[in-house]
Amino acid sequence: MADFTVLLPGVLQPLVGGQSYLTASADGAVTVRQLLDSVTGDYPVLARRLRDETGALRRFVNIYVNGDEVRRLNGLDTEVAAGQEVLIVQSVAGG
Amino acid sequence: MGLMATAESYVLAIGTKKGLWLATSPDRKEWSLSGPHFLMSEIPSIGIDTRDGKTRIMVGVRSEHWGPTVAHSDDLGATWTEPEQGAIKFPDGTDAALERVWQIYPDADSRPGVVWAGCEPISVWKSTDGGEHFELNRGLWDHPHRSEWGAGYGGAAAHSIVVDPSGEKVHIAMSTGGVYRSLDGGASWEPRNKGISAYFMPDPNPEFGQCVHKIAADAAVEGRLYAQNHHGVYRTDDNGENWDSIAEGLPADFGFVMLTHPRREGTAWVIPLKADGERIPPGSKLSVHRTSDAGKTWKELHTGLPDHEYNAVLRDAASVDTAEPVGVYFGTRGGSVYASADEGETFNEVVSHLPDVLCVRAAVVVGSDAGAAAAVEQSAVSAPVPG
Repeated sequence: MADFTVLLPGVLQPLVGGQSYLTASADGAVTVRQLLDSVTGDYPVLARRLRDETGALRRFVNIYVNGDEVRRLNGLDTEVAAGQEVLIVQSVAGG
Repeated sequence: MGLMATAESYVLAIGTKKGLWLATSPDRKEWSLSGPHFLMSEIPSIGIDTRDGKTRIMVGVRSEHWGPTVAHSDDLGATWTEPEQGAIKFPDGTDAALERVWQIYPDADSRPGVVWAGCEPISVWKSTDGGEHFELNRGLWDHPHRSEWGAGYGGAAAHSIVVDPSGEKVHIAMSTGGVYRSLDGGASWEPRNKGISAYFMPDPNPEFGQCVHKIAADAAVEGRLYAQNHHGVYRTDDNGENWDSIAEGLPADFGFVMLTHPRREGTAWVIPLKADGERIPPGSKLSVHRTSDAGKTWKELHTGLPDHEYNAVLRDAASVDTAEPVGVYFGTRGGSVYASADEGETFNEVVSHLPDVLCVRAAVVVGSDAGAAAAVEQSAVSAPVPG
């Protein structure tokens, strides 16, 4: 079993009791979608902040795997290997 | 009955582009403000439910980053609750996602717990548990016209919901699509736009496709409604079968607001803007116009309002309360909010320099709620939607 860690921006941490990251375990590589399903399973409000009810990543939510934004990779199907950092960041938007 | 049980207070909820402010007043002249609640999230819709002797404030909240949701407060904003699974969520199979809640409409006193919502994408929803969970209205969602409905500048949404006392006749308005009517409590819907212009379409009198900005019912005359259209102000006396212009006497027929008196026949308020292409008050003078004879004549109401104003008033950025005389409230995209305790004869500025005002709702609260209204001014504001 490998451990995966998803780092959260400060603004979302109150939704998970103040934690700065969430963890999940899996056998081998997982997709970003599977990882999000796993870590938000106990936090439905957090889940809705990140993805809409069709499962799509919200437009101004960015997820980085080892420093690369997943929209430039394979979207939510991007594979995450054990030890890779997964970072959620809100994009710079609004006025 | 103790003094507290009869003490009246007024609550004014102000939804803006960057959060919610709540104002309370003992007399509708002096206001105390709390906020911002939900800082950096827009509040495009508010419903204040005062049925059953309680006060519940429901708000549509939308963060550019984190999406839309609905929250409610039973203590006048001291604390907010957001249902864990979301109050409004498109069901599997629709392949749709909620964009924005445009309207939250508590139903009649005789149907406590029933709350309607109008949303983007164009959809109507109904809750029977006081706004905590809503169900999608399938009759409208599956309507064969859906593919032909369009988007106005602000998005494609059902933004007006009017339910008659029986609960059977329901009128909605959408931009763009126009007025749709149900005679069976929302099970099925037909367009009802005869007489309403869609000058921007090849056929200016289509069955549907109009950009009706707001509708409101005459509380005292069955079957009578008023509409502020994308150019055009109208009245129907037969539940939307025919609409007739009542724009004569107004300085302009463009605008977004349509308010009606909660009890008195023939009384409505509009806030005209010069034109589609010039969305500023006519002559840059901000005024409310009121009819007391169902649109035959209009009276300009300007006392207390600025002589120079270049901001528009959006469709839900205006409200009435239920007191006697009725209070009239509105806010501008420039962040000024005005209140009148005398049906619009005179206005006082409640607050200025807020972000763009998107929605305003006012209500009379009684007894312990009034006490809570005072307490909330001192309380910390918690925001379940991070900005």
